[in-house]
Amino acid sequence: MSNLAILPIIIPMLAGIIVAFTNKNVALTRVLTQVFAVISLLVAAFVTYTVFTDGSIILETGDWKAPYGIILVADELSILLILTTNIIAAATAFYAPHSLTLKQETHYYYTFFFLLITGVSGAFLTGDLFNLFVFFEVLLMASYALIVLGGEKIQLRESIKYVLINLFSSMLFVTAVALLYGVLGTINMAQIAQRVAEVEQRGILTTIGILLFFVFGTKAALFPLYYWLPRPYIVPNPVVSALFGALLTKVGIYSILRVFTLIFVHKIEITHEAFIWIAGLSMIFGVIGALSTNNIKLIIAYNIIPAIGFIIMGIGIFNQEALSGSIYYLVHDMIIKCALFLLVGVIAYVAGTSDLRKMHGLIHHYPVLGWLLFISAFILAGIPPFSGFIGKLALLRGALSSEEIAITIIALLSSLLILYSVMKIFIRGFWGEKDETIEYKEKASLGLVLPIVFLLGFSVFLGIGAEFVYPAVDGIAEYLLDPQIYIDSVLKE
Amino acid sequence: MEGLMAIVIGILFTIGTYLILTNQMLRIILGLSLISHAINLMIIIMGGLKSGGPPLLSERNHDFTDAIPQALILTAIVINFAVTAFLLVLSYRTYKKHGTDDFNNLRGNEHE
Repeated sequence: MSNLAILPIIIPMLAGIIVAFTNKNVALTRVLTQVFAVISLLVAAFVTYTVFTDGSIILETGDWKAPYGIILVADELSILLILTTNIIAAATAFYAPHSLTLKQETHYYYTFFFLLITGVSGAFLTGDLFNLFVFFEVLLMASYALIVLGGEKIQLRESIKYVLINLFSSMLFVTAVALLYGVLGTINMAQIAQRVAEVEQRGILTTIGILLFFVFGTKAALFPLYYWLPRPYIVPNPVVSALFGALLTKVGIYSILRVFTLIFVHKIEITHEAFIWIAGLSMIFGVIGALSTNNIKLIIAYNIIPAIGFIIMGIGIFNQEALSGSIYYLVHDMIIKCALFLLVGVIAYVAGTSDLRKMHGLIHHYPVLGWLLFISAFILAGIPPFSGFIGKLALLRGALSSEEIAITIIALLSSLLILYSVMKIFIRGFWGEKDETIEYKEKASLGLVLPIVFLLGFSVFLGIGAEFVYPAVDGIAEYLLDPQIYIDSVLKE
Repeated sequence: MEGLMAIVIGILFTIGTYLILTNQMLRIILGLSLISHAINLMIIIMGGLKSGGPPLLSERNHDFTDAIPQALILTAIVINFAVTAFLLVLSYRTYKKHGTDDFNNLRGNEHE
């Protein structure tokens, strides 16, 4: 049964290889991609069901016993995120053929897409710090190829910055792993956690922890390190932006969540206290960025940063309610960011521009798009009964019970501004008189709209069905607060 | 011996950092690859620089070398090699399209 844990990695990888061979036949490649994406989603759902009923699945690859070999750990947190990843992958697989140009499709878009999913799933599953680096590289390599696909002037310019900053932070990652190996003599996360606890996280270990935080913070686009994010995310095709916005930064935040609930938990007054301030600054600066621009894609890209702020805030506060809020918000944000990027992709396509100043009165031609954007804005900002509300409620209650008043006020205020920044697209782009002089594209095809409806359906379910989902998330938070459960399940002592 | 290697690594890091802080694309790439070499060296000395046999049970050596850093380095070198190759091609294409390799000229502007 433990082999189930590797399926979310193997299936996308095989799919990626297979669609590389059918590259010449685009129609076949599309069908294969969609079939594999659906299979992957069903398998992920099955593994999730197994993990939630029977407990974590530990796979010791090659039968090398932990902590000596590489292990994969499918616990409830990883598998929940893998399920979300696969939902996003399925939605984008159906959206992609309608959005990409033929040239992009024949230049191995689908292969890189599956390799990206492989890397993301691997990063969520691995129980080995160096292996985490390897899966980071797998997903980054795929993202390098995806971001430059098309080879336009602006894409080349932005992607070289993106590659350089990611390469540099990957190098710091290896440095941190090497230092950690030098101090503790292991790279298995469970054993690292055990040994860090034994020496009560001496000064050098906290330093290494902060170095790791710097690495993951760069990938997750936290406050002082977010400067690279917005522009590279708007230059590729909308479907690539959606994958990036939904998955890449979230892998960084997952790594922070894992490392700072499992390993570096003995000097909370140094590390986690700092997270709260970084969270507040991320929210403020992200929202200012979102308000500062008239480019609808850039508005959504900037909105990634406050969302990351919300998640890191829960990790910083570090009590059960705040952590479950963080996890809930993480899942919610992956889905809604993907939907929003796909949606503004359609809007920019039908309006022929992504500049808000050049569009108005779109609601007369595209009522469905308008109302979808309206609902998405509500979900993103956390208006009840949608999913953002549940996550934020838990986060704020956690903050108040730890008496973090300042961050609560910042969080509420930035939520309001997030709502305004997205509503701005609705008000300026969709309201207004019908403009006869502008020539509109044909109706947005059903293939573009259905994946968005599918994703929003999940978001609405996360909000309305919170009674069903929240206990599971609360259980995960309780599990994260006791690292010993993870250590025991891996090392089996 | 470890102390000496630490100084070598430090020098490599310094040169790499200096090169990264310049504006020219190729210099930044060279800086990054110098840093990556420094990191590889660092992983090796993290296992301790000692001479000994291979870590095999049948050899029955009294001291043996640590195999894990070597496995880590091998992976890190391969990944780094691939990424650097990609980066060189990307920077060449960027240079061709934009006609400049100076990051000051690659800022972009508000109206695009």
